[in-house]
Amino acid sequence: MSAFGLSDTPLDPAALARELASASAGACVNFEGWVRNHNEGKAVLRLGYQAYAPLALAEGERILTEARERFAIEGARCVHRTGELAIGELAVWVGVSAAHRDAAFAACRYVIDEIKRRVPIWKNEFYADGASGWLHPDGTPV
Amino acid sequence: MQYRLLYFASLRDRTGCAAESLVSTAADPRALYAQVAERHGLSLPPERLRVAVNGEFAGWDRSLRDGDEVVFLPPVSGG
Repeated sequence: MSAFGLSDTPLDPAALARELASASAGACVNFEGWVRNHNEGKAVLRLGYQAYAPLALAEGERILTEARERFAIEGARCVHRTGELAIGELAVWVGVSAAHRDAAFAACRYVIDEIKRRVPIWKNEFYADGASGWLHPDGTPV
Repeated sequence: MQYRLLYFASLRDRTGCAAESLVSTAADPRALYAQVAERHGLSLPPERLRVAVNGEFAGWDRSLRDGDEVVFLPPVSGG
């Protein structure tokens, strides 16, 4: 099974965490990215995510492989949403299991940081004033 | 040569399409983007974009072949 996935339907974090279950793991760290109702001082009503799926899947898989090589972890899994999301919905889930917590925390942080930096997924914010804008790393909608 | 171009995010909004086929003499992504940017009035400079060819990241000077799928990737904002 692929460790990185895209989903156009709501994520089930409990089910995803169960996939990491292991008798030799003493730690499981999860990160949940939620849809927030504001950004850069603007009220946000909802988000839309687009992905270039073939490359997003390949790059996401590479990041999880890197995490397993760099940190003393057992399992690493990540799923990112696509499509339209409401405030409070789960946009991205990362889970890492390891024998000990230090590696699990560090690897989880590595995975979400690299996902945000490298995977071809884009966020469109829909604002309360009726405008919308695709976000780029400097926060400037284009 | 004929290329298949895919557009995402702000580039999709600006071009008004998710994909198009384009006949072009451009031999690499750099030349192809210059044509596409002029054709659609794209404002993002190539320094802010990455390129993918046939589903993998590629350099701006890569030699393109007939039928290649080329994607100009705006700065990503997942998470």
